[in-house]
Amino acid sequence: MGQIPQNVSINCPLEICPCQSTRTLFVEAFLQNNRLDHVSQVMGYHPSYLDNFLKTQNFILRGDGPLPYDYRHYIAIMAAGRHQCSYLIQLQKQEFLVQGGDQSWLKGLHCIPQKLRNLYDINKILAHRPWLLNKSHIEKLTKGKDSWSLAEVVHAIVILTHFHSLCSFVFPCGVNQELDQAGGYRYPETLQMLNNPGGNSVAAATGVSKKSSDPKDIPIPNDTRPTAGKILNGGRLNNFINKIGVADWTSGRTQNQSPPSPTEPEVGISTLMQRMKTLSEQTQECTPVELAKRFENVETQSAELGAVGPEPQGTPADIGIFIEDTQFIYQDFAKRDEHQSIPTFRVQDYSWDDHAYSLVNRLYNDVGNLLDDKFKTAYNLTYYTMGGRTDVDTSRFRRAIWNYIQCLLGIRHDDYDYGEINQLLEKSLKTFIKSACCYPECVTKKDYLKVLREFKHSEKVHVNLMVLEARMQAELLYALRTVNRYMTN
Amino acid sequence: MSTISVLQEGPVNALALNKDNSQVAIGGRNVFKVYSIEEDCFKEICNLRASKHLNLSFSCNDVAWSSTDDNYLATAATNGHVCVWNLTKSGKAMQEQVYQEHKRTVNKVNFHSSEPYRLISGSQDGTMRYFDMRCKAAVATFLSNTESVRDVQFSPHMPHTFAAVSENGSVQLWDVRRTEKCIQQFTAHSGPIFACDWHPEATWLATASRDKTIKVWDLTTSKPTLDYTIHTIASIGHVKWRPQRKYHIASCALVVDCSINIWDIRRPFIPFAAFNEHKDIASGVAWRGDSQVFLSTSRDCSLIQHSFKDASRPASKANIQALDISTKGNTLFGMRVPVSTNTTKPTGLMRKSSTSTISDQFHQSASVLHQFTHVSVCNDLSSFEFLAKNYILYGRSFPEMCEHNAAVAKECGKSNISTIWKIVNTMYGELYVKIQAMHNNGGLNLMNNVDASSTEKKNNDVVGEAAAAQFSSADDDVEGEDQVDHTAVANGYHTYNKYGHPKGDFSFGENELDLELDALSIDYRNGMRNQNQLQQQEDWTLPNEAFNIRHEIRDRSPPPEQFPNNNSPDFNDDSHSSTVDEQPTWLVSVSKIPPMPIWDPSASLIESLKHHAEKGDVQTSVSVLIVLGEHRKNLKTLDENTVTHWLMGYIQTLERFRLWNVKALVIELAWIPSISQMNQQSTRINTNCSQCLKPLQRSGWLCDRCHSTDASRCSICHQVVKGLYVWCQGCSHGGHLMHMQEWFSKNKQCPTGCGHLCEYR
Repeated sequence: MGQIPQNVSINCPLEICPCQSTRTLFVEAFLQNNRLDHVSQVMGYHPSYLDNFLKTQNFILRGDGPLPYDYRHYIAIMAAGRHQCSYLIQLQKQEFLVQGGDQSWLKGLHCIPQKLRNLYDINKILAHRPWLLNKSHIEKLTKGKDSWSLAEVVHAIVILTHFHSLCSFVFPCGVNQELDQAGGYRYPETLQMLNNPGGNSVAAATGVSKKSSDPKDIPIPNDTRPTAGKILNGGRLNNFINKIGVADWTSGRTQNQSPPSPTEPEVGISTLMQRMKTLSEQTQECTPVELAKRFENVETQSAELGAVGPEPQGTPADIGIFIEDTQFIYQDFAKRDEHQSIPTFRVQDYSWDDHAYSLVNRLYNDVGNLLDDKFKTAYNLTYYTMGGRTDVDTSRFRRAIWNYIQCLLGIRHDDYDYGEINQLLEKSLKTFIKSACCYPECVTKKDYLKVLREFKHSEKVHVNLMVLEARMQAELLYALRTVNRYMTN
Repeated sequence: MSTISVLQEGPVNALALNKDNSQVAIGGRNVFKVYSIEEDCFKEICNLRASKHLNLSFSCNDVAWSSTDDNYLATAATNGHVCVWNLTKSGKAMQEQVYQEHKRTVNKVNFHSSEPYRLISGSQDGTMRYFDMRCKAAVATFLSNTESVRDVQFSPHMPHTFAAVSENGSVQLWDVRRTEKCIQQFTAHSGPIFACDWHPEATWLATASRDKTIKVWDLTTSKPTLDYTIHTIASIGHVKWRPQRKYHIASCALVVDCSINIWDIRRPFIPFAAFNEHKDIASGVAWRGDSQVFLSTSRDCSLIQHSFKDASRPASKANIQALDISTKGNTLFGMRVPVSTNTTKPTGLMRKSSTSTISDQFHQSASVLHQFTHVSVCNDLSSFEFLAKNYILYGRSFPEMCEHNAAVAKECGKSNISTIWKIVNTMYGELYVKIQAMHNNGGLNLMNNVDASSTEKKNNDVVGEAAAAQFSSADDDVEGEDQVDHTAVANGYHTYNKYGHPKGDFSFGENELDLELDALSIDYRNGMRNQNQLQQQEDWTLPNEAFNIRHEIRDRSPPPEQFPNNNSPDFNDDSHSSTVDEQPTWLVSVSKIPPMPIWDPSASLIESLKHHAEKGDVQTSVSVLIVLGEHRKNLKTLDENTVTHWLMGYIQTLERFRLWNVKALVIELAWIPSISQMNQQSTRINTNCSQCLKPLQRSGWLCDRCHSTDASRCSICHQVVKGLYVWCQGCSHGGHLMHMQEWFSKNKQCPTGCGHLCEYR
């Protein structure tokens, strides 16, 4: 793809998007969803990932599969409900109705068929403490009246995990309600948007209110450099963040101006890079006993980290009806009551590549390939940049984040030295990641802005993507291992 | 050598035999032991996890035993270590070398077959390392440029060569002396390759992958050729050639399939032998140098020695005859025929020796294919199709559906089936519900004083009377009901079907029935004489109707008593005394009109459905069952297996008639999980773009890669076809269905002018 001119005709909204591949993907997303939702727009920073994401989401909701379409969207609502994500709930409610779903189901969980209700246990466990899932849960679903077939169970599991982990992206990125949703639209005194009358077509293209009009405020990553998914320039970026972010963030500020938190001086990128360098030069290996200890350290330390923000005050009534047992939330794996009976999950004993992939593909068409591509893309995504620096090998940093997320859910990689996590991820970042993964509903745009201050937005979004994918993979591993056990015995 | 096994405390990941196959080492996350293999048991020699300082280096992904020195073992640890163990030492000293060089989990270790001290490892970090046990560090490192290396193995033919297979589906051949670049690389599979194995004699390399295939590559030339492909049912985790059998290879799956299969690579779809002892997936296979015995480990925590004589032989159980019947009634039958060797006739002795010793040599075989053409025109076929298409199976009220289906059946001349529908309607319609309700109200005081055949009689009474409430003519109903009751009795009368056939219908008025009566009795008397002739006409009709109608008629117009007298001699002739006995009591009780009893018609209905199914008419049985809906739960004695068979039978027949919509509907309405799950399987097939061959996933008419719709234009109107696209398989031109139909009604050649004589039917 070539250089995209800066000043293009405003009559064609799509040409404003600078990056060819992102643009194509946005067209695709619009065609799929009849809107270009904010999630896709934020993901537009990483077109290669967005491609996989859209394909997967489209497939599990609208592609071939054992579950009826209305069920799929309702399951998505149930999943998003676990994190009180009204944004996703609203979107899925609309989709549910478009698919001809029974309107009365939207009155709440008490109005849905018993078969769907039976799924709620798994939904709850997978969302917060996936390690508690066992064979009897699957057995309960597949036996007796209103029973599920295994293919249906696996389809439901994929939808559940997809939407649980999507919550871990929506909140930490500070994605706002769609403009047509309640609370989604504010008259933008601060956004200085109403001055360009020519941009109506833009609003039409995104399927939203015609009043959000200035094309330069289109919330699309705006890349002036030739390569895809590189970094935004400052001014545009702020507009972008303004648009989708929380309203109290005024447009004049740039990220660098945000005052550093007085209590915790953040480790700069240079320090981080220095540490990565030291780690890679370090040849001396420590004893395996030490390694095991380090894993436990990371586990227990993370247990001491609280959520970033206060818990949201109460649950709004309109989403409360899709939630049962709100008291059931994440509990630190290190503090689990069942310390004896539930050992650490060793990824070497049940891995995505070897086992989970084959199983999911067997029971639910070709979803394994889509998920496989999505995980791989998310795990290997890199532009060799960090902050403003280029040609950086970010693999250690990324691996630390990925493994830290899975460690929070009790998954251990035998071949990883968990000491690296403590060196590469400072406390504030760990707190952010933990909150994003385990209590996404507590994370707001403010928290997003507070962490990783020297990083570009695209990189921060990248971190959130990793939270999404690592969490989804962890949940799927637990769920599919359980299904596997159910099948073999 | 017999099958023996021993249980471990945890799942086992791998096993290795020593060079004379007398000992076996097994390794897993919590297991690391050496056993000696005795005649009928395993004897533990050494537990390497007995040490106090347990750590992750003891958790093995793979174990290898030096092929030259019996005292050395090597393990691949999950934490990235490669350890060398010296069995002559004890305690901590046993761990002679620990190579901490791999960054990620080590997947495989392999000893060189002839050079002592040399071993190679492949790891998740995408590198292979070559070790000399006497050195503290790796002698050489090979970068595969892939995400991870899943298996490595030294070639038994070329001492410096080893093969490595990796995550991205590629196979690499390396020379240990050249670390910078592999000698050869090719893509073998579309998914990760989990295992490879060199053939002990031929220059074949077998690779096994997640894409559910095992492939055999011939590496004699510089360009590898794919010689054989085996299709398995699950991802394959391990493969091992069977010694002394050139074409045999053992495989075990990574998920789902717990058995160990031995394949003859020339027969790629069905295993030559299978071992089903394991309860969880098998994790490793090792042959004991002999083609008859091998050992395997499994995630079910066991180590088993299998003896070939205990194998199950799926291939030999495979049916060697095939039969298919077309919808037109034509039959194809293929079978194997004994071959007479075209050489001079061998003596018995020679023959015997040749078959027993070299069993896996080619042998001659021949088969024949017979085609039988159906001569007599059978109207069943068209009516089957008609009924399948026109039955209403859901969406209306129960009586409505029954009425409709009865009418449909009648329309195509199946009045007996039509009758069944009406009977079902009567028995399970509103009336039945009403009766049940009455029964529940306790409005019953019935019949202690009925004689021997009382149950049946009661039944008759109820419906008889119940029907009176609903229909103007009570007798019609009695007829219908009775028909079912006597199914069993009347089985001997198949040949009389013809008589019952046109008459068993409710809607006849009195006069008509009287006419029929005359016809009937005449027919009946002639029946015995015409038996042979009639047999040819036998088809779908219920056998018992001949009698039912007589009952009905008796009941109705003339004084009933006369009728049995007229006919009973005939009955006795046919030795159906039971029928005769029943009739008087039945008649008597009707005349009394006792209070309405509760009666459950299920038994009779089941009887009738079974009868139809036995006669090959599962259509009726299945349709009735579907329409019955909730009432099915009353049919308690009808077991699910039978019904599943019927459903499968019906679905298959529908398939043969290409009645896909009806088939999908039946599956959808089926209440048995195993059937309804058939609709959850995806049947989607993507067409490929004609320009870039990319599957058209989003829509059938736009290629995402080349953004072209050229492939999907109609050859006649040149517009993009967005609905049904029909094309010729000969010249691959096509277009709108209607346009093509129109074109080929007048022309024979392809509309594009390519000159192809397309065949449009």
